[in-house]
Amino acid sequence: MAATEPALFAPPTHADTRSARNRHKHWWNVLAVALAALWAFPIYWMINSALMPAERLRSTPPLLAPLEPTLRSFGEILGDSLFWRSLGFSAAVTGLAVAISLVSAVLAAVALSRFTFFGRRGALVAVLVVQMIPAEALFISQYRMLDGWGLLGSVPGLSLLYVGLIVPFTVWMLKGFVDGVPVELEEAAMMDGCSRFGAFFRVTFPLLGPGLVATGVFGFLVAWNEFTLAYVVLASGDRLTLPVWLRTFSSNLQETDWAGVMAGSTLVAVPVLIVFVLVQNAMTKGMVAGAVKG
Amino acid sequence: MVSDQLSAGVSSAPATAPPGVPAPVARRRPRPRRRGGSLAAPYLLLVLPVGLVCLALGYPMVRQFVMSFQEFGLAQQFGRPPEWVGFQNYATVLGDPYFWVVTARSVAFCAFCALVTMGIGIALALLLQKLSTVPRILLQVALVLAWAMPPLAALTVYTWLVEPRYGLVNWLLTSAGLESFRGYSWLAGSPWTFFLIAAITVIWTSVPLVTLSTYAALNQVDEAILEAAELDGAAGWQRLRQVVLPIIQPVVLLLLMLEIIWDLKVFTQIKVLQAGAGNNRETNLLGTYVYETGIGGGDYGIASALATVMLVLVLVLTWRYMRTLMKQGDL
Repeated sequence: MAATEPALFAPPTHADTRSARNRHKHWWNVLAVALAALWAFPIYWMINSALMPAERLRSTPPLLAPLEPTLRSFGEILGDSLFWRSLGFSAAVTGLAVAISLVSAVLAAVALSRFTFFGRRGALVAVLVVQMIPAEALFISQYRMLDGWGLLGSVPGLSLLYVGLIVPFTVWMLKGFVDGVPVELEEAAMMDGCSRFGAFFRVTFPLLGPGLVATGVFGFLVAWNEFTLAYVVLASGDRLTLPVWLRTFSSNLQETDWAGVMAGSTLVAVPVLIVFVLVQNAMTKGMVAGAVKG
Repeated sequence: MVSDQLSAGVSSAPATAPPGVPAPVARRRPRPRRRGGSLAAPYLLLVLPVGLVCLALGYPMVRQFVMSFQEFGLAQQFGRPPEWVGFQNYATVLGDPYFWVVTARSVAFCAFCALVTMGIGIALALLLQKLSTVPRILLQVALVLAWAMPPLAALTVYTWLVEPRYGLVNWLLTSAGLESFRGYSWLAGSPWTFFLIAAITVIWTSVPLVTLSTYAALNQVDEAILEAAELDGAAGWQRLRQVVLPIIQPVVLLLLMLEIIWDLKVFTQIKVLQAGAGNNRETNLLGTYVYETGIGGGDYGIASALATVMLVLVLVLTWRYMRTLMKQGDL
């Protein structure tokens, strides 16, 4: 009866640990808020520096808050045509890559989730393995490939490379979402006279909404934030994505314009941060669903 | 045979299905996969995605493999046909002591970053479970912001924070009485401080994914199981080790594997921070070394051999985790 003994004495100890837990909880909360401040600090510092007049940045002690905020640095960037051209290029590359990736990922996810076929297991393993290939181990040959096709520094060229980055992971995520929609729903619709195609589009597809948003946002982030491939492929041209454009601030021989580069970073980061905070919950869930369900 | 009738409507070639196969398959599987329809359908669905991935990754990979056996330098870029040199590129790469220095450095950097990231990440996930609503949301939002931050924006902020003369870090340290940090250059001063800053930027961005995924997995752990373990006398640490960790293990393994891959091939952080350092030879990791040799130096044959070695290294380091993962999932 050894196993039941602790249970007999459990009520008092249980209550004790409860109150101890509540006392501890206070300290955990304090620790968590401190960690949150620490983690968000670089982002705060970026915005703080962007709002300060350039000459105030070169003062000691540093100003911890923008007491006399100015939008001058932002104004200078918004008046710079290279910024707008880079924004356009980034938007075009990202848009094309995400659109193509989503269409292909839906097709692949349906095939892998709804069908049994010869090579399915191999395809699933391939989806996993392909994600393990580091882009950094391929960019030499990707550079040569695009160079050979005359696509260096072009929207389709860079988009193609981004599709390769995005598709494997989005297939993995979307498959989890498709698995989550019971196939019986489609079958019921087909009983009622829907074609198989119609059943998928009228029943399953609308239910995939959150999954499509999550994977779409994931693709957007990868393409929008990506630096390595853009840097390699765009090195020689004058067409830049925004991350590569940020590098132009410090590659000059003169001293870095810190207020300007902070304002630029803020402009690149803020839209991403807003989108991400709005949808991150769905994304984490999708990732875990994929990992747990296989 | 219900599924047969259902799919017959859209099936283009119902007769190609082997007779008698669909129904048993459908019955054995927990989730019926309809097989009675067109056998070609899944392959047709896969044409576009597989084609694109082959074009973007498969073809360059094959080409790179081929190129790694060729003499492919500046002369070849101007039209001279590449010469086959067998394993000479690999011999050059593996015979270069600098390659081993860079590799050892990369592996050490990767191990440090991956382990610290996993440690902090899981600790924060466990912390999230203990919090009241408001602090929990604060911490989650802070992590999500760091996660979503474009790497280039993050790197410029870090470079600004450790800027020798006007940076916040040196000001704080000198204010605390550490006079030796007045005007100290973290990036150019020593490879150790360079890699410390690089590791901090990497860990800062990677921890959120680990924490949020682990936290989501922890929330899937059934409360009843934990209570049962507690009633059976399992202490907090035991509950964690013997009940919680096995349940979240698949997620943790996947994350560890991803971290190893990401930290081994790290390029962006090193490349950007090198611009502020100027001591590339002492701070190169595999990613930047490949870039320097290939795009920078124009020696594509050697660079391809290097990249192939790097790819093999990644596969070797992650192979065991991949196998575990494949066995656990119902692939």
